[in-house]
Parts: sequence; structure tokens; C-alpha cells
Amino acid sequence: MGGAWQGPLERIDDYRWMIPKSFMNGMNVPGIIYADDILIKSIKNDNAPQQVANAACLPGVVKNSLAMPDIHWGYGLPIGGVIATDIEENGVITPGGVGYDINCGVRLIRSNLTEKEVRAKLDVLVTTLFHTIPAGVGSKSDIKVSDRDERRIMTTGASWGVENGFGVKEDLDHTEENGCMDGADPDKVSERAYERGVRQSGTLGSGNHFLEIQVVDEIYDEPAANLFDLSLGSVTVMIHTGSRGFGHQICDDYSKGMVRCLSKYNISVPDRQLACAPVKSPEGRDYIAAMKCAANYAWNNRQCLMHMVRTVFEKVFGSSQKNLGLTLIWDVAHNIAKFERYKIDEKDKMLCIHRKGATRAFGPGNPAIPHEYREYGQPVIIPGDMGRNSYILLGTKKAEEETFASTCHGAGRCLSRKEAMRRHDRNTLLKELGAKGIKVMAVGKETLAEEAPYAYKNVNEVVNVVDKAGISKKVCRMKPIGVIKG
Amino acid sequence: MKPFEIVDHTADISIKAYGKSEKELFENAARGMFNIAADLEGITTSTELNVKVSALDKEELLVEWLDELLYNFYTKHIIFCEFNIVELTDKSLSAKIKGRFIGENKNRLKSEIKAATRHGLNIVKKDGIYEVQIVFDV
Repeated sequence: MGGAWQGPLERIDDYRWMIPKSFMNGMNVPGIIYADDILIKSIKNDNAPQQVANAACLPGVVKNSLAMPDIHWGYGLPIGGVIATDIEENGVITPGGVGYDINCGVRLIRSNLTEKEVRAKLDVLVTTLFHTIPAGVGSKSDIKVSDRDERRIMTTGASWGVENGFGVKEDLDHTEENGCMDGADPDKVSERAYERGVRQSGTLGSGNHFLEIQVVDEIYDEPAANLFDLSLGSVTVMIHTGSRGFGHQICDDYSKGMVRCLSKYNISVPDRQLACAPVKSPEGRDYIAAMKCAANYAWNNRQCLMHMVRTVFEKVFGSSQKNLGLTLIWDVAHNIAKFERYKIDEKDKMLCIHRKGATRAFGPGNPAIPHEYREYGQPVIIPGDMGRNSYILLGTKKAEEETFASTCHGAGRCLSRKEAMRRHDRNTLLKELGAKGIKVMAVGKETLAEEAPYAYKNVNEVVNVVDKAGISKKVCRMKPIGVIKG
Repeated sequence: MKPFEIVDHTADISIKAYGKSEKELFENAARGMFNIAADLEGITTSTELNVKVSALDKEELLVEWLDELLYNFYTKHIIFCEFNIVELTDKSLSAKIKGRFIGENKNRLKSEIKAATRHGLNIVKKDGIYEVQIVFDV
């Protein structure tokens, strides 16, 4: 496993590289990686291109096995991988193409507050958030949810939060899929997943998940920034988390089942983590119904967390959330499988799009975008590491044509956790971030050093590639000033 | 022979586990996993559990075993640190596992492991020692 990539990477243009179909037996389509000359070097150092080639072997895969510039080595599909299968041509769905953290995603909230106003209360704000937001390994929430409500969360997603006082209905308009995928079936979820999901609605978790207070420090597209009511110095809040133990257990349950499907459906894959079943098979359908439960659970989780953030801001700034202007700009899912229609060889096809560490990026005019944003394109929220930047972008028509409307999802790691910890200890890192004006609080002993900025690729380079390649367009950039980690 | 070692992996965490027998390999893989999840230094046991797992083949069995332990860790809130495989065949195992409730040991927790993955999993025997590399999603 691992090691540097020795296979071919043929340059297509300034931002695309191809792994030809001839590279490996079993590849049904070529692999295409989005990267510039700088990023491709770090991509070659890691064996992720092999995982791009492996994914090209999935039955029913169409066009290309894609990877975004934040690609790094994962399991099954690489992180940053996008795969589309034709459901009418025995196309498969693979839990390894979605990941364990089903509907891991990001939401961004704006405010009327300025950097100066927030800096004046930054210590108390970060400390109060840290003590209010449950975070860390196996963290539990104070939100009590009955068995009946757990099932409601699975079928109604973020609406459950709104109906139970954790937000307003306008939040749903600004959430991908309105915070709920149809077709979720709680009967397809194991007892174990229920058990792992108990009291985790409204928890951040650990690892790369975070809550950040940010300040807009660059604007690239003034009209679009105005659309989101953002200007230089505006304060935003970003929440990055997913479906917690509930989703992890669902992926686990179905990955196991799909290994058995390989012989049943006579499917051969180069990596068992790509175990799969035809979308239209009973096993495929069951996984999709369960995956949707986890996706809905995750949207509700971020909805509940946002409510806690709003409550803390009200307390700290002694003003109502309405006066503080704490509205949701957008919420994206970046580990998910979706059913979307695209033209393949001039034919309109329903495809199963796996986005594992990739963000949907619908272009202007797409009917899935709420009317107030529609003529601009779908907002794309890209979190960076805790020492650099995060971005808002807009989806494009070109993404719909080239990448099944997909773009990057973050910075992407370039150092292992072990290597990151060798570089610096927690205290040195806290001091360094403090000197940059960033107040950080973390629950885990090792999370901070593992998640240090230098463990990630430079998000600015990653975002420049998707912008220049035209698969999304930069709107504005934020820098962190307060960070909560699990 | 080291029981296990942490191996560099860009996105997640990976370990290499070793054993003079397959039983020992499975026990050491579990030790390696809980060393990622928690600081086990000086921990004593206060509770025990019997677990049984079955699977298609040995590699699947290893993943199932580790995921069974994670499930018990997250739902029973026990940090496991002693693993005794009582019986191991190609497709099933039974084990006695011991640990301590998280409770006041909360500060021992380190990384949240979502699952043991099947990525590149292959149990091999080199010079009489069994070894396997496992990638964990964290």
C-alpha cells in the first residue's frame, strides 16, 4: 500500500492529467485528475492515482473516473474522487465510494458582525462555544431524541430540527436537497446503527471536523458576495461534520454485505473496499435507502449545531439572531451518492454520482438551486485548514459538462497524522496560531497536532485549480480567527 | 517481534500488526487499534465481555473482529485493552475481551476511529511471522 505513483499521467491541458485506460486491466474508462504543475507533484508522491484507476474498474462506470485537486490516498475511492455509473447498464453503487462518514459536509453562516466587534469578545465567544458544542471522541448531545424522533430524523432530515425549534424554515431553502433526501427507509438501518447514533444529533465529533469563526479577507466576485450579503471584514461561522457513529455503522454494515454481492453478481474489483452491487439490485436499493437515512441524520446534525452557535452568539453579543443577521448561506454534502441526469453520448441518462470528498457544483439556471441564487450558480463551500483560508465558490455549466457537476471539497491532506505530529507539539502549534490571531480550543490530546496547517495542501492552490479549470468560480475567501476542534 | 506499528497514511491511520500465530495477529491488531483510540499506558481492567464473530474468509473476519470491538467501544463505552482469542477458524472466532469503562478515563481518549477498512487488506506469513496492514478511517 502507499508509496509514490509510478504509473502514467498524460497531460491533457494546464489543469488536467489522464491515466489511460490501457494502464491496468479491468479499467472501463480513463482516469482524469484535476491539478496544476505544483499539486501534481504531491499527488504523485502519494498512491492516490492508483485508487483513481481502481475506481475506473467499477461496472457501469461512464466517461471518466475523476479526481479533484485535493485528491489524496483514502480507501476504496480516493478522497477527492468522483465516479458516475449508468443505472440502466448494470451500474453499481459502492459504499466505499461514499465513505464511512455519510454526508460529511459543511455549512456557512453569515453575520452582521465585524471583525473588530468579534475580536473584542473572541475569548469568551470561543470558550462559550467550546463548552456548549459537544465535541471529541464519542461525544454525546444534550438534545433528547425519542425512538420515534430518531426515525423522523432519518426520514425528514433537517426539517426535524426546524420543527423542534432548532432553526427556521428559511434554513432548509439554503441546504442541499433542502436538508432531506426522499426515499430514506429506517427499516434498512441496523439496530447497531441506531445504538451508535443515540444522542449524537448536535455533536461535532473529532478528527478533521471543526467549527470556525472566520472573517472575509478577499472578494473576487463583488455581485455574488453582495448576493450572500458579505463584504470585506464580515464575520462568518463554518461548521464541518457529518452523520457521526450512525453513518459510520451504516457504511460498515453495508460494506460487509456488498463483499458477498461480488460473487453473487459476478463482479470483480481490484480492492474489496470497492465492494458494490448494481443500483437496481435489492442490496443496492437497501444501501441507498439506508445511506439516505444517514444523509438526513447529518443534515439534522449540522442544523442542530447551527442552532447552538446562534444561541451562543445571542448570549455573548446580547442581541437576537435576527439582529445579528445569522442566516445560513449554504450547506453542502461532500461524501454522498446522488442520482442526477446527464447527457452521455448524446443520450439523457440517469446516473449514480458518487462524490467522496467532492462537492456538487450545479451551474447557473439549474432548477435544484433556490431562486434567489439560481442565476449565479450553486454556492460551493470549501473549508481549508485551521491556519489558512476557506472559500465560497459558485458552480458552473462547465462542471455540469465535465465533472458531473463536481468540484473539490477542501484542502486535502499531504502529510500523514504521524508525520504531522513529529513536526510540532500541541503547545508550539497553539502559540503559532495565536501569533496569527487565531484562538483555538480542542478536546482531543492529539487532534491539534494531527490537524496542523502544514498537514494540508495549500487550499489557495487547490481552489485556484478548480477556478482556473472553470469547474467552479471564486466568490470570496475567509480567514479563521476562532477554531473549535474535537 | 513488535506486536504492531503505526504506518504513515496520508488521510487516515494505518497499522501493521504481527503475530507468531494468527490468533496473536488478531489480538495484536486489536491492541494496535485501541492504541490509536486511547492512551492505554497503565490502564487496568474492570469489566469483560465475550464476543463471537463470523465472516466469509480470514481477511473479512479480521475486519469484522475489529469492527465488533469498535461497536462495543462506542455503545458500551468501554476502552478495551486485553484481548484473548479463545478459538479461531478461517471463518469464525470467539474471544474474551477486557477493558475499563470510559467514565473517568475520558481524558485517555485520542482519535475517533470510524471503522477498520478493507483497503488493501492481505494477511501474509513472512519468515514464520504473520503480518497484516490495516487502514482505519478516522
